[in-house]
Amino acid sequence: MSITDTAPVPAAHDERGRPVKKRREGANVWLSLLAWIVGILFVLPVVWMVLTSFHSEANAATNPPSVFAPLTLEGYREFFSGGASPWPPLLNSLTASVISTLIVLLLSLPAAYALSIKPVKKWTDVLFFFLSTKMLPVVAGLLPLYLFAQNTGLLDNIWLLILFYTSMNLPIAVWMMRSFLSEVPVEMLEAAQMDGANLTKTLRSVIAPVVTPGIAATALICFIFSWNELLFARVLTATVAETAPVFLTSFVTSQGLFLAQLCAAAFVVSLPVLVAGFAAQDKLVQGLSLGSVK
Amino acid sequence: MTSVAEQAGTQTDAPQPAPGAARRASAWARRAPLLPALIFMIVVTQLPFLATLVISFMDWNAYYPSERGFAGFDNFVRVFTDVNMRDAVWTTILLTAGVVLISLVLGLGIALLLDRKFRGRGAVRTMMIAPFLVVPVAAALIWKHALYNPEYGLFNGALTWIWGLFGSDNPPQPDWISNMPLWAVIFSLVWQWTPFMMLILLAGLQGRPLDVIEAARIDGANNWQIFRSMTLPHLRQYLELGALLGSIYIVQNFDAVFTITSGGLGTANLPYTIYQIFYQAHDYGRASAAAVVVVIGTIIIATFALRTVSSLFKQEAGR
Repeated sequence: MSITDTAPVPAAHDERGRPVKKRREGANVWLSLLAWIVGILFVLPVVWMVLTSFHSEANAATNPPSVFAPLTLEGYREFFSGGASPWPPLLNSLTASVISTLIVLLLSLPAAYALSIKPVKKWTDVLFFFLSTKMLPVVAGLLPLYLFAQNTGLLDNIWLLILFYTSMNLPIAVWMMRSFLSEVPVEMLEAAQMDGANLTKTLRSVIAPVVTPGIAATALICFIFSWNELLFARVLTATVAETAPVFLTSFVTSQGLFLAQLCAAAFVVSLPVLVAGFAAQDKLVQGLSLGSVK
Repeated sequence: MTSVAEQAGTQTDAPQPAPGAARRASAWARRAPLLPALIFMIVVTQLPFLATLVISFMDWNAYYPSERGFAGFDNFVRVFTDVNMRDAVWTTILLTAGVVLISLVLGLGIALLLDRKFRGRGAVRTMMIAPFLVVPVAAALIWKHALYNPEYGLFNGALTWIWGLFGSDNPPQPDWISNMPLWAVIFSLVWQWTPFMMLILLAGLQGRPLDVIEAARIDGANNWQIFRSMTLPHLRQYLELGALLGSIYIVQNFDAVFTITSGGLGTANLPYTIYQIFYQAHDYGRASAAAVVVVIGTIIIATFALRTVSSLFKQEAGR
């Protein structure tokens, strides 16, 4: 992905042990090998999932595993047209994730502006209020939200999930956006002001170029969190607004030979997250640590 | 948490000691972009918790709607005397501590391995991140059926294969989930969370002051001395951050428990138990009381977490 970005270890590392270079290089080979083995072990279940999804059901459930069994699309065919169609849940997940992410961006961008570029008084307190909401266990809000939905007829309505996902991701987005916006150099803002640039012009030509990658990363991370969510989706939706993770729970109990189909389902549902996550991998830490680690 | 909300709320509402209307207007112009997000968060997060608090003092079971009324501390007494609830607290602690500690240690080791230049470093890093990018339910399903299954899971398949290499046709075939249910859940979560810890610690390692380390090396310090007296103290706040953020996310884990064991075999943690009281027993009062207890517990952890983040934050602001 971004080998250049992730390798900021300067040459000093290599030079520091020049007198003992020989011995060190020997140790380095073993450490590199170890790193490779660990990496492969960690990715193995994912690779196994993908491989099994392309095997026939009979070949998927053998012991010892049939690694080199012929490949087939049987599992995918069964997943997409076997029983209940996965398309409505996938579309529901897409709707909920995309719309809530857009609302989060609309709310968090101005908020982050008021917390970094033109900060309000006591802006750190406001920032930590946002963070504190993220630390509350969501399960404690489940019942009131359910009762609210029941009384307003919003049960099994995708907009309720959109509302919840917006509140779930807004604190993360505010923190991330603030850390990106504070990277805009003050001198540039002052220079723009001296030149008589108005707010729109400053936003467009000074702030936007610096923060656009940050906005993209924030959006991807919010998308991932919404797409992954299970507990609320399971309680607040039924047949109409069911999301993809809820659809997956139909695989919790074994159903005879179903491993290839299960792996196909798991892979299809995870694919958007894998794509979004690898696209945002350089900003992933920053997002997950709410902007406190760069 | 509500106190923080009130604090934040009053700050924005409090009239400024502004000498003129113009100054007040400009203060409001500054606040305006912040208000939609702030009001939204206060309404959507603080009101439900207030409702939970109120319901926790009520007799309210959806199966017996006529018996709704004030219950005093009954629900809390039931929460604290319920064996299932106490087991759930214990399970939550074991699950969270187990996952956080193991993935933190593994993450540190892997971050140290990846903090060196070697062929394919980017590829290994990408492979390491993959577990974190599988949808949690999907990951739990894969571990349950494709890896742990005693008949055709990959683990027992690998055992058969390895034993076969040595000519044995009698390999051990443990039923992983039944034999060690809590560990089964812990391992699947460690697999998902180690990348998270690794990323945070790697970022920490790369922020080390290399010139100081260089100086120590010239002075004759060996690798272990440098690791113990320079790298580890520098990493301390990143380790704390990883542990605390990890705890906050894993305390709330529902997906893995729900999928792998369905809360059976002593793996029901607090979120799962509350979900059950509410979703299956429909005992709203008791579920809310349990939720209130969990919120109070979380506030204790969160206070430490906030302090850690705030110290990192001040460092950054002071830079």
